[in-house]
Amino acid sequence: MSVPYTGPKVCLWTLDHPNPASLDTYIANGGYSALRKILAEKTPAAEIIEQVKLSALRGRGGAGFPTGLKWSFMPRNYEGDKYIVCNSDEGEPGTFKDRDIIEFNPHQLIEGMAIAGYTLGAKAGYNYIHGEIFALYESWEKALDEARAAGYLGKNICGSGWDFDLHAHHGYGAYICGEETALLESIEGKKGQPRFKPPFPASFGLFGKPTTINNTETLASIPWIMRHGGQAFLDLGKPNNGGTKIFSVSGHVNRPGNFEIPLGTPFADLLAMAGGVRDGHTLKAVIPGGSSAPVLPADIMLGCTLDFDSVAKAGSMLGSGAVIVMDETVCMVKALERLSYFYYEESCGQCTPCREGTGWMYRVVHRIERGEGRPEDLDLLMSVGNNIAGRTICALGEAAVGPVQSFIKHFRQEFEYHIEHKRCMVGA
Amino acid sequence: MPRITIDDQQIEVAAGSMVMEAAHAAGIYIPHFCYHKKLSIAASCRMCLVEVEKAPKPLPACATPVTDGMVVRTHSEKAVQAQKGVMEFLLINHPLDCPICDQGGECQLQDIAVGYGGVVSRYAEPKRVVKEKDLGPLIATDMTRCIHCSRCVRFGQEIAGIMELGMPGRGEHTEVMPFLENHVASELSGNVIELCPVGALTSKPFRFGARAWELSRRQSVSPHDGLGSNLALHVKDKRVLRATVVENEAVNECWLADRDRFSYQALNGADRLTQPSVKDGGRWLEVDWQKAMAQAAGALKVILAAHGGDAIGFIASPHQTVEELYLFQKLARALGSESVDTRLSRADFGGQQSGIEWLGMPVAELSTLDRVLLVGASVRQEQPLIAQRLRQAVKRGGQLNLVHGADADLLGRVANKLIVRPSALVNALAQVAKAIAEAGRDVGAVAAAIADVGVSDAARNMAASLLSGDKKAVLLGALAQQHPAASELHALAQAIAQASGATLGFLIDSANAVGAGVVGCRPHQGGLNAAALFAAPKKAYVILGAEPELEAADTAAARQALASAELVIVLSAFKTAATNYAQVMLPVAAFAETAGSFVSMEGRLQSFRAVVPPQGEARPAWKVLRVLANQLGLAGFAQDDVGQVLAEALPEGEAGVRAKLNNGITGVTVSHLTALSGIERLGETPIYQLDAYTRRAPALLATADGLGGQTAAAHGDLIARLGLVVDKPVKIKQGGGETVMRLTRDDRLPDNVVRVPGNLAAASPLGPRYGDIGLEKM
Amino acid sequence: MTLSAQSLAQIDKEVAKYPADQKQSAVMAALRIAQVEKGWLSPETVEFVARYLGMPAIAAYEIATFYNMYELEPTGRHKITVCTNLPCQLQGAGTVADYLKQKLGIGFGETTADGRFTLKEGECMGSCGAGPLCLHNNHTMHTHLSPETVDKLLDELK
Ligand SMILES: Cc1cc2nc3c(=O)[nH]c(=O)nc-3n(C[C@H](O)[C@H](O)[C@H](O)COP(=O)(O)O)c2cc1C
Ligand code: SF4
Ligand code: FES
Repeated sequence: MSVPYTGPKVCLWTLDHPNPASLDTYIANGGYSALRKILAEKTPAAEIIEQVKLSALRGRGGAGFPTGLKWSFMPRNYEGDKYIVCNSDEGEPGTFKDRDIIEFNPHQLIEGMAIAGYTLGAKAGYNYIHGEIFALYESWEKALDEARAAGYLGKNICGSGWDFDLHAHHGYGAYICGEETALLESIEGKKGQPRFKPPFPASFGLFGKPTTINNTETLASIPWIMRHGGQAFLDLGKPNNGGTKIFSVSGHVNRPGNFEIPLGTPFADLLAMAGGVRDGHTLKAVIPGGSSAPVLPADIMLGCTLDFDSVAKAGSMLGSGAVIVMDETVCMVKALERLSYFYYEESCGQCTPCREGTGWMYRVVHRIERGEGRPEDLDLLMSVGNNIAGRTICALGEAAVGPVQSFIKHFRQEFEYHIEHKRCMVGA
Repeated sequence: MPRITIDDQQIEVAAGSMVMEAAHAAGIYIPHFCYHKKLSIAASCRMCLVEVEKAPKPLPACATPVTDGMVVRTHSEKAVQAQKGVMEFLLINHPLDCPICDQGGECQLQDIAVGYGGVVSRYAEPKRVVKEKDLGPLIATDMTRCIHCSRCVRFGQEIAGIMELGMPGRGEHTEVMPFLENHVASELSGNVIELCPVGALTSKPFRFGARAWELSRRQSVSPHDGLGSNLALHVKDKRVLRATVVENEAVNECWLADRDRFSYQALNGADRLTQPSVKDGGRWLEVDWQKAMAQAAGALKVILAAHGGDAIGFIASPHQTVEELYLFQKLARALGSESVDTRLSRADFGGQQSGIEWLGMPVAELSTLDRVLLVGASVRQEQPLIAQRLRQAVKRGGQLNLVHGADADLLGRVANKLIVRPSALVNALAQVAKAIAEAGRDVGAVAAAIADVGVSDAARNMAASLLSGDKKAVLLGALAQQHPAASELHALAQAIAQASGATLGFLIDSANAVGAGVVGCRPHQGGLNAAALFAAPKKAYVILGAEPELEAADTAAARQALASAELVIVLSAFKTAATNYAQVMLPVAAFAETAGSFVSMEGRLQSFRAVVPPQGEARPAWKVLRVLANQLGLAGFAQDDVGQVLAEALPEGEAGVRAKLNNGITGVTVSHLTALSGIERLGETPIYQLDAYTRRAPALLATADGLGGQTAAAHGDLIARLGLVVDKPVKIKQGGGETVMRLTRDDRLPDNVVRVPGNLAAASPLGPRYGDIGLEKM
Repeated sequence: MTLSAQSLAQIDKEVAKYPADQKQSAVMAALRIAQVEKGWLSPETVEFVARYLGMPAIAAYEIATFYNMYELEPTGRHKITVCTNLPCQLQGAGTVADYLKQKLGIGFGETTADGRFTLKEGECMGSCGAGPLCLHNNHTMHTHLSPETVDKLLDELK
């Protein structure tokens, strides 16, 4: 494929237009037509879910779970309220894609949530927006007002007799609320502490009602799929990895930013689009899927294409598509220290292995960085990690362990140097 | 029912149950901290991780539902490895100084840790230190020991019905604490002491009283309300040093009210009566038993000779045992007196009762009621754990309706409320009966009397509530039972119950009131009841355990009568105000110091042994009564152990009890349909003034309820109208008597109502618990 | 202790988003609104919000202490929260943070003597591409920071 990518984009296409966020821009380019069509033809939910399955759309929130399949878990003929919830709590270090969708294409997210609401029989939906991007919480509420005024939300939508409304709920500084059940607790006005599953949200979700939670980018992709068909979306990417995806590139590149490209694009091409590694420097390591994805050394990354399966095969995960690029000046001990501190501070604290273990791991890495490391520390970190991973209520446990174990795995000699010489190898 | 294999054992378990419960059923113990069968599932401590076949990771037994064919290994290498890992995490920030921890020897963390062969710490970083919290006079904290199991927090939210503790903060900075510097005020708060698996929350009164292994633990029954909670008294050097719960699902489940837990303090107080004493020329002399008994018997003989047995009144506390009360009434009758009673707080004895009042149903059924009408009941004060049961009923969708003389926060949803001044209670209940009649139901005998009562919307809604649902009850509380027109309330409640298909029940406020009735501690033909006994003074009184100057319906009258009597003989465990009016005081064993039995409000006969010897020269009351009878040359007092007394008192045991229970009443005309117009008194008994023990337990009296119970209270509007000042002393006048109490504001009281508690020393000079009263600025 | 009519109106608007029996859902917004009016969340403010929403005070306090952006102590007029997480770090957040500290003469978690500035260390703000960046009083983000842009920003904040 060509660099830069010039093919169709699913989410950020409005950026090629003068005022990308406006309702007019959106409608002028086919916006809301999918919703109107579905409501006019009373398209059966099963048909919509079929298209979503065919599209091979996989969750953009990190887990890459097939969206069509997730939707099919919602109870069909359930008496009482159901909810659709959008996860815009983008707090995974390195990820900043959902914010651009809300800022530059808010109506496609609204249309996507409305279609999801119609398909899943929800009476209302909530979009949980990361507290730190408060300005976008306000701008999205304005977009909601526009949509209501235009008859795309509220009572009797597009004259179809169907009622559905959307609301914004903001976070206020807690990464864990990105975890879907912590997010639900947070909407209920409680501490954002993940729930033990089962029961899953599809049976016991928001306010105890059946609920489907999807990431912003996932839901924003729905109108495109319904407009062009699941096959077209699939064809944008590769088998089992349908569509284009937004990659957030940060760190040591000349042009950090978001790049929406087909799944399956080689990492090298993405790096080129981001202007390559900072001038005069060489690639050292990349975290390909947000801070909780295992780090990979340059050589492995350069041979890797960006889709869920390939990155997993390479020993990491595509996660949220947050690509953190590090050049040769980076001290891996210092980098890990900062990440460990993050997970330690963000642990919700309810389950023992995470509450106690993240603090333990951070303190040890911190000691090593300070030059007070001990030879046995690295094995200790590995073993403490093993006692956290798989033993916790939510995946923050794994998220905290991933960096620690992968940094030590791939850059052990740097850690050993720190312990032995009580200072950093980089620049030594 | 799914079949599962757990540690190679095949068992069938109820669908939907968790692996933890299955293991329990199979007699297999899975270590756990956050799990508690009565609390919601947190699944957060992760101690209960087990290996489940085909599951990639170990799963928490407490939150993993069983599925047919599931294969669980709770002690496999994989499981134990996971459990050890969690244990290590729990210990890295937990002090390892068990020897100086008050929980030492009874700590789940300690036990389980030792089970894994004591973990050598690989943790080389600084340990966490947590600031202490002051939770009040009952609960001591050592928060650095907290393992974040959240049991105490869930207990407040789910059982006590009030969230006083929370877990502010995040991650390892999370701390269990109240809001600001608040003390916990729930009347059930002490349960968190036992819920806490470590030494973070412990008993303040007990603190460092002894090491767990120095205490012998002996089962007993709580001597306070009519529930008869089962408890264990912990004894060292012949002293009771603390009380803990003994689980009994049918009675107190696994909970105790704070007064069940802390009233033992009274046993070790300074004002125990430990020597027989006789009044000699206005002075008290401590004498030996022989002299005391001779004096008592002699004095009684003089009265008998001069006025006959009928001139002697017999008053006992309903907190005495079945055996004591049986011999007490036997003595009375042997001396020719029919005037024997335990119902001191009662004012109205009208109508004919068909039997002994009781709950009317098993206690456990309260939790499953669909509809309840509470009449004149401050349940949280009167039977804290019954209130807890009613909250469970409400959680299950039951509807609670309240007709009362003051708004009582039941900490659960109340469907309908009718809050009126006490003297309007008959009218209020009549409204409900009328509304039911208007709905076409037959309310029987009361119909005519209530024909022109005006029905409020609240009453109508209550009627609607009571006419729907299946399992229903109409329950009469302390105010209804102590009310000047109690028999009319009884009759109306009976009519409502019959017309709506509900059970009529009495919420009994003392440990053995039912037992007292069953063994005949009641005046029969020609005898006087407790109220009449003081209204028309007797020449002599024999008093067992009661403090009429505090407990009587009209304390002024009681004081009068006792002061003017020629002879008063008091059998008591405490140095009471009786020293002012008695001639003979005989020290008797307190609860925990004597074997005996109580009959609970559901008719359950519960016997218990002595756990410590009586203090000083005190003797079990049943023995004292027996000897006194012998001294008087009476026949039939040859029993030489409590067993014999019980066999004689209740030959058919519990069956005999049940045969006598009946809440029916006849021969009542409802007439008190108009309320008083002036300021009136609400004289309910505060939770910690109930009996001789709670009144002498310093820790209980220091709680918010304990302190609140020692003040007068009125609505802000009334305080303003009378130009009185909140939190300042106020002069209270009633009948001939007057007193001074601190006045507090309580806007849940109806207008023109002053709460001047009963059973309170400060209120002793005053008259009836209910009726006209005056307030004056000091 | 109470809140202004405008604040209460805003809270009511938030409450209206949720089912009638789920008022507590508005607690995060309500505390945010209260903090904007009062500058920080005193115990009295937290208790007021709790009572307004019919929830236990301790439950509202749990919220105020769980989420980083609530302030339980008074701060300077201008709270500046700098993201120091790895992506921003790689893009120079360290330099910017040091420059701010040196220029204001305070460290993270401190307030200038004149009560004008409070400096805080923040976690990922979901905008790494534009880092180094900071939040001003929680709600305004300033991106692509450098010593020069920091100077400009501080001058604007009187
Ligand atoms: C600690 C943690 C943080 C997470 N943060 C986010 C997030 O910021 N945004 C998001 O969409 N999903 C996040 N997730 C994943 C969500 O739990 C959930 O899988 C996702 O929102 C589902 O949407 P999807 O199927 O469309 O991806 C997080 C998960 C964990 C365990
Ligand atoms: S793993 Fe960490 S963040 Fe997740 S529930 Fe447990 S303590 Fe909370
Ligand atoms: S008992 Fe199962 S996680 Fe705590």
